[in-house]
Amino acid sequence: MDLERIRKDFPILKTKVNGNDLVYLDNAATSQKPKLVIDSLVDYYENYNSNVHRGVHTLSVKATNEYEKSRSKVREFINADKDEEIIYTRNASESLNIIAYTWGSRNVNKDDDIFITPFEHHSNIVPWQELCKNKKANLKYIPLTESGDVDLDKFKSMIGTKTKLISITHMSNVLGTLLPVKEIINIANSTPAVTVIDACQSVPHMPVDVKDLDCDFLCFSGHKMLGPTGIGVLYGKFDILNEMPPFLFGGDMISEVTYEDAKWNDLPYKFEAGTPNIADAIGLGFACDYLKNIGMENVWNHEIEIGEYIFSKFKSLDNFEVLGEKSKEKRGGVVSFSHNKVHPHDIGSGLDQFGVAIRTGHHCAMPLVRSYGIVAASRASVYIYNTKEEIDIFINRLLEVEEYFK
Amino acid sequence: MSELSDFDDMYQEVIIDHYKNPRNSKKLSGNYDETKAHNPFCGDEIELQLIISEDRIVEKISVTGRGCAISQSSGSLMSDSVYGKSIEEVKNINLNVRAMLKDEELSDEDLDSIGDSYAIEGVKKFPVRIKCALLSWAALKELIDKY
Ligand SMILES: Cc1ncc(COP(=O)(O)O)c(C=O)c1O
Repeated sequence: MDLERIRKDFPILKTKVNGNDLVYLDNAATSQKPKLVIDSLVDYYENYNSNVHRGVHTLSVKATNEYEKSRSKVREFINADKDEEIIYTRNASESLNIIAYTWGSRNVNKDDDIFITPFEHHSNIVPWQELCKNKKANLKYIPLTESGDVDLDKFKSMIGTKTKLISITHMSNVLGTLLPVKEIINIANSTPAVTVIDACQSVPHMPVDVKDLDCDFLCFSGHKMLGPTGIGVLYGKFDILNEMPPFLFGGDMISEVTYEDAKWNDLPYKFEAGTPNIADAIGLGFACDYLKNIGMENVWNHEIEIGEYIFSKFKSLDNFEVLGEKSKEKRGGVVSFSHNKVHPHDIGSGLDQFGVAIRTGHHCAMPLVRSYGIVAASRASVYIYNTKEEIDIFINRLLEVEEYFK
Repeated sequence: MSELSDFDDMYQEVIIDHYKNPRNSKKLSGNYDETKAHNPFCGDEIELQLIISEDRIVEKISVTGRGCAISQSSGSLMSDSVYGKSIEEVKNINLNVRAMLKDEELSDEDLDSIGDSYAIEGVKKFPVRIKCALLSWAALKELIDKY
């Protein structure tokens, strides 16, 4: 991987923040965008801006082609079977909500069980809480072993005919912990339950193959994988999506409308009511191209190398504690840490003055962060453009900030 | 940290001093009013105890808590600013501090009333931290509004 060349592709890395070179370590929140993606947005708006699926004129045909080409790229990126299985949404949160509102409202009933894990982002907790409240169903958590791993044996003993849905994150956005999603899906597939993978932190960083995983649904956001904001993906197996009622109603999602009634359009359009986010969908396709070109194995290897480097640095620091998974095989390039005295907000504000961007707070995972006996933590998360030199800057500045507040 | 400008505005020496050596942090005894304010998003906590005298003066005050330098120093500075003041003055100071952080125009007299807490003025450049600075002032408002 040619890091120097990659860095040149990201215009923002030339930005100065408070007089310093930007060191961007908030990639789990959102990634930066390569020029290729930015240019694709400009190209659409400058050269062929037009609505899709409804015009016969040249620009509309071109816009439709590019929009659908992008869908194919996304399909290929996660190795799905059919383009129809790729639904464009605003983000992963919307994708998860669609499942809860449509599949969930039709299939989950009183006293049924929904399982999630203690590692989830609020977006993979709250929709299920609401669904369970409405249906008087139970939201259950897959238990953990003493060492903090998912307890697969206990999980096996908890599921059965009442289990309707299991939704798990592929990688924790707080701890960087990789979950044994394949094993969980395997176990789940012995029941009628459907499986949902929150792939927000996996699809951008590692090879993900929905056929190999054999999950029923998979959700992720474009903005965390070099794509624009405002575009996300809901993958679902064709037969399941096909049975599901629509989520939003209106133009594009119908095949025929009379004054009294309407027939639903085919997949994927049944779930894409109204004019879609054309430009950003196209941009996401280019983001897939860019990542594919580097190779997801290479992306992942680079990130765990940098992640490991951060871990090794923290090992020699006295007052800091790294949260979560210590074993190298089970984590990615996300490192959350706390200090025994200095509050994360002061650390975050301090680092910002040196151009180092990290995330501080509860990381949209309040229950998980609280389980460590703290309310807020600091998090550094890496991507393809981060270097060891940047980590050195981050750690040195961190020590200066510590000194200031100690 | 030498090259810091806006940062030094926010974390003035006074602020760091109050953060490291909080004033009026001894819990009260006797008949006091008490409240807790906390921000669930970052875990900042302020515990405020007050004794208001018969002639409506802040006779005793105690501020303790946990959290970031801004929330904790702001509590300490607040205790200095309102100690010995009348209820009416305290209400006015509370309004003035909020106005100051919203970057509203204040008369010299209003600015003077704020006293030591003027040190948190620099926080207005960091909107996400204003909540930290106002935590203790929210607790104070809750207790004072009863009078
Ligand atoms: C694991 C995980 N799930 C869900 C989300 C929600 O993504 P979005 O805000 O793009 O909907 C995030 C992003 O923060 C995440 O990291």
